[in-house]
Amino acid sequence: MDYLELLDPTAERDAVARPLAERGRPIRRLALLDIRKPRGDVFLDELEALLRAESLDVHRTAKPTFTKPAPADLRREIAESCDAVIEALAD
Amino acid sequence: MELVALVKHDCPTCDQLLPALTAAAERGAPLRILSQSGERDTSEQAARVGVRAVPELDAGLAVSERLDPDAVPAVILLDGGAETGRVEGLQRDRLVALFAAAGATIDVAGLPALRPGCASVTRDPAVAGALAARRARAEGRIRSRVLRIGGLEDPVEALHDRGLTDGLPVVPPIPERVVAMLEHTSRDPQDVVGVLPPYGGGATVEKVAVNAVMAGCAGPELPIVLAAVEAVSREPFALHGLLATTHSSGPVIVVSGPYAAQAGMQAEVNALGQGCRATLCTGRALQLTVRNVGGGRPGIEDRATHGSPAKVGFCFAERLDAGAPFAGLAHDRAGLGADETGVTVFAGEAPRLVADQLAREPDELVASLAQGLEQVFSPRYRLGFDAMLVLGPEHGRVFREAGWTRSELQQALHLASHRPAGELVRGAGGIAEGLDPAWVTDPAFPVAKFAVPDRILIAYAGGDAGLFSMVIGGWASGEIGSAPQTANVEDWR
Repeated sequence: MDYLELLDPTAERDAVARPLAERGRPIRRLALLDIRKPRGDVFLDELEALLRAESLDVHRTAKPTFTKPAPADLRREIAESCDAVIEALAD
Repeated sequence: MELVALVKHDCPTCDQLLPALTAAAERGAPLRILSQSGERDTSEQAARVGVRAVPELDAGLAVSERLDPDAVPAVILLDGGAETGRVEGLQRDRLVALFAAAGATIDVAGLPALRPGCASVTRDPAVAGALAARRARAEGRIRSRVLRIGGLEDPVEALHDRGLTDGLPVVPPIPERVVAMLEHTSRDPQDVVGVLPPYGGGATVEKVAVNAVMAGCAGPELPIVLAAVEAVSREPFALHGLLATTHSSGPVIVVSGPYAAQAGMQAEVNALGQGCRATLCTGRALQLTVRNVGGGRPGIEDRATHGSPAKVGFCFAERLDAGAPFAGLAHDRAGLGADETGVTVFAGEAPRLVADQLAREPDELVASLAQGLEQVFSPRYRLGFDAMLVLGPEHGRVFREAGWTRSELQQALHLASHRPAGELVRGAGGIAEGLDPAWVTDPAFPVAKFAVPDRILIAYAGGDAGLFSMVIGGWASGEIGSAPQTANVEDWR
């Protein structure tokens, strides 16, 4: 035998190609997403103050818990109402 | 009417019958003589027994597979494709009758009245496995993409190089092994057991079986692995967060019920350790499935600061013999019958030992075990983390002899793991970690370690000797984290 056949153990999913958002657009409204890790709010408070000083419209939002992915509705709300999002990751 | 004769080269009975078969065909009998052997062996056999007409080859054993004889020589009478008679081995009178039914004759003079044949090539275990795999593919029971590994490649290395292992060698998932594995469940191979994070991979029974083969499982472990995959896929288990977290936890599988022993799981000496294939491979099969089907890879999606050896796989069985203080964990949680088997999955760390060699009364043992439970995550952290306590038999006996129920033990451990708020507040004892002082109005107020008694899961396993139990610390728990899940193994058998 000149080869051995093995069965693919993966889900054989193709990566979903997601186009990058258009670059160079003005950012009018920016979401700050708190994933609810301890002290993420401290970091985001500082960031919000800096952004507001730049006259940006800041939308503060949060995941229900850091242990689970952001709910689809939350992702949609951010996508529809904001031009960009900054996520505060960790403790 | 048509006769088909199947022979092979390394069968003395075939040698003996082949000249008579050939002569019958030459006299006009409606007979095809097919060899299960290769071209060279078939020619040599014909020369050896003195027949000029070399039998046709049964290419790919297609006819042999369809007619499925146990032994050759086999002569089968077909009427419009449907079988109406067969003779396996050399049975002189029956062969004469079979040829007569086809309107033909065979000269059996000089042949023995009865001589057994040899096993059909299709009964060779390696060939039977390959044929079963071919059938499974043709019937759509096996749909996985085929990875072709070069003949000079080592399949173990090739799988590792393709990022499909946990770092330990795996058993190459050749179709034959996967098809044999699938014999151990009544479920359709294309049934979806669960959808696994982080990339939403559909874990079909087939895909779980492929990973179970790689993990080294024997077939009887498959239903347990399937039930575990079902359980971790449920949304409240929060597998996405568990596999991605910086915490060192992973899915811990507790198997409760009689099928555990049938599948080879031993729940006594070294129950949480090495040496038992069924428990080790079941735990590993779940983690390999999560990695390969869900796509959660260590260091990429899995961000564990340290991880732990238990993340290779962690599965043990409960010891539900006459000495068990309670019914099985799965039985209590899901109302299973004693004859049923269930798995409970818990987001947990590697286990650690808690000793108490002097306590002989339930209350003093509770106080000791509660102290061990308080160490989970940090003694300063309260309410957010669950724990599993694996009672050893010498500890379990204390509660059994006192007639305690699981619920009574949970209540007692819950009460005994309270601590005054003043000892837990930030800065107390020179430790920065702790309760926010804003929450602490009365330093004497007792603060629970666990949110409710049910958040202390209790299992029972281990060897006869040793006044020990094991604590398995949990990960973020309940609504904001992972809730343990129980699934019925019987659904996957």
